[in-house]
Amino acid sequence: MTSEDLGTASPVKTGDAVPPPAPDAPADRAGGGVDKGAPDDREARRAARRSRRYQRDARWSPYAFISPFFVFFAAFGLFPLLYTGWASLHKVSLHTPTQMEWVGLRNYSRLLEDDFFWQALRNTFTIGVVSTVPQLLMALALAHMLNYRLRGSMFFRVVMLTPYATSVAAATLVFAMLYGRDYGMINWALGSVGIDHVDWENGTWTSQFAISTIVIWRWTGYNALIYLAAMQAVPDDLYESASLDGASRWQQFLHVTIPSLRPTILFTVVVSTIGATQLFGEPLLFGGTQTGGASHQYQTLGLYMYEQGWFNFHLGRASAIAWTMFLILIVIGLLNWLVARRLQKSD
Amino acid sequence: MARRAGRQLHGGPVTYGVLAVFALGSLFPLVWTAIAASRDNQRLAETPPPLWFGGNLFDNLSTAWTDANMGKALLNTTVVAGSIAITTVLFATLAGFAFAKLRFRAKNLLLLLVIGTMMVPPQLSVVPLFMAIAELEWTNHLQAVILPMMVSAFGVFFMRQYLVSALPTELIEAARVDGAHSLRVVWHVVFPVARPAMAVLGMLTFVMAWNEFFWPVIALTQENPTVQVALTGLGRGYIPDQSVIMAGALLGTLPLLIAFALFGKQIVGGIMQGAVKG
Repeated sequence: MTSEDLGTASPVKTGDAVPPPAPDAPADRAGGGVDKGAPDDREARRAARRSRRYQRDARWSPYAFISPFFVFFAAFGLFPLLYTGWASLHKVSLHTPTQMEWVGLRNYSRLLEDDFFWQALRNTFTIGVVSTVPQLLMALALAHMLNYRLRGSMFFRVVMLTPYATSVAAATLVFAMLYGRDYGMINWALGSVGIDHVDWENGTWTSQFAISTIVIWRWTGYNALIYLAAMQAVPDDLYESASLDGASRWQQFLHVTIPSLRPTILFTVVVSTIGATQLFGEPLLFGGTQTGGASHQYQTLGLYMYEQGWFNFHLGRASAIAWTMFLILIVIGLLNWLVARRLQKSD
Repeated sequence: MARRAGRQLHGGPVTYGVLAVFALGSLFPLVWTAIAASRDNQRLAETPPPLWFGGNLFDNLSTAWTDANMGKALLNTTVVAGSIAITTVLFATLAGFAFAKLRFRAKNLLLLLVIGTMMVPPQLSVVPLFMAIAELEWTNHLQAVILPMMVSAFGVFFMRQYLVSALPTELIEAARVDGAHSLRVVWHVVFPVARPAMAVLGMLTFVMAWNEFFWPVIALTQENPTVQVALTGLGRGYIPDQSVIMAGALLGTLPLLIAFALFGKQIVGGIMQGAVKG
């Protein structure tokens, strides 16, 4: 907070109600407490002092109010992010994290030569697509239905949000059991319709599909609520005129709802994409190993970073992976910006 | 009655049917967690899988409580998520108020910066944070997981959106004319008006902090875990008994499920409020 100095006051002309927030003259400090001026003079001075204090307060308090956020973000977000870039140019061992040995870009070149890096990049991409696209489409459909006048609509909303209350860890442990090869519920259900047991965890596509369903399960309801909020903000008369033009429900959805939701859809695509690049807990706990399956078949970039840093003890290489992920995010951000600009132009 | 448009349409049987399927899909894995937690390991290795509750729930819960350290984990997570929720709400309300109602230079730029920070995943910053807590010897200490999460850009944005419309500017001006210092304004005017949004943000933050995964798994060990760290221990095979693992998952989720049962309406409202951009 800005400190308030109550004792100091510099002489101010009467009537000067709003003096500029000048720095106080320390010379007046001595006379501050034993002011023997005329009563109205003293009154004026007090008013001036108050008004100056008011000015200073009005000027600086906004910065004081926003500073905790920025200070904490700088200390625990921005600085570590930049320092990760610095660390990625060094050899750093997990056991002696304060000893850094300059290696230039070697961590990056090692990364590009590592097949597991490329595999993790591919896995992150496929799991990201398989988990995000159906999730957002289903969320849109759900939001559309929740937007009808319904009995128990709050009940449906809360129930569909309960997966969001379930942590990555708890959800993954349960799904790993449901997808179990020998005794899992899903294979049992498939078996009852004549489909042979699937070895979910050991196949590439099957394991990535299974992991995607965990993500879909946890986030569909949440995104549906975000779409629902946007749908409720669409003005009624748009629908009214559409229905007067004879538009069916489906046509209304296509030609009124979707265009109005465009910014929200873009927003959820960005958030889900960022989330997808960071996937970590699901692939870690689905099989319980940091390699993401026996042949790394579902290891994501996040998990690969964890393995390099905390199991192979190469913090420098883990930093290089983190910065590679950061670069990918910047590319995604630019793409998104281009798409958004396109859409704005086409309107 | 005139033709009704868009949202006023009543849902038909198909709508209810589809919603019911989604509701079942949302609840089934949770119900099955409880079913599996009430059985024993042998029963879970049989076909068909159990579809109804057995009698082993309390045995498994108490095993998870002691052997998987879930008791300590629940206490730790309450402390961590509680501290994070309190500081986040406090700082978000102050900043949200400034962004909503006060005038200062570079305000729009700074607000844009706040929103921009939401796009940077904290996972990318873990290496230096890990180096720092190793240096400070904070590994396994709760402050290591509390400090990096004490503010949230979402929270600032959320409170700003609420206060822009909920807090009448005249109310602040009136207090100002009475000579109130801005901290007094915050205490006597802003906080009372912001209280409903603060409560919702507190709940949302608590849920997020409770489920925070990556950083606690790196910063803490099984000796002093949060719920997610203890569950990770279970998932990585420290206890091979599947029914105990499910009991742990149930214990770790139950507090939030109870909160959802009690405050589901407010939480849903909060997420929808935070979604509408202004």
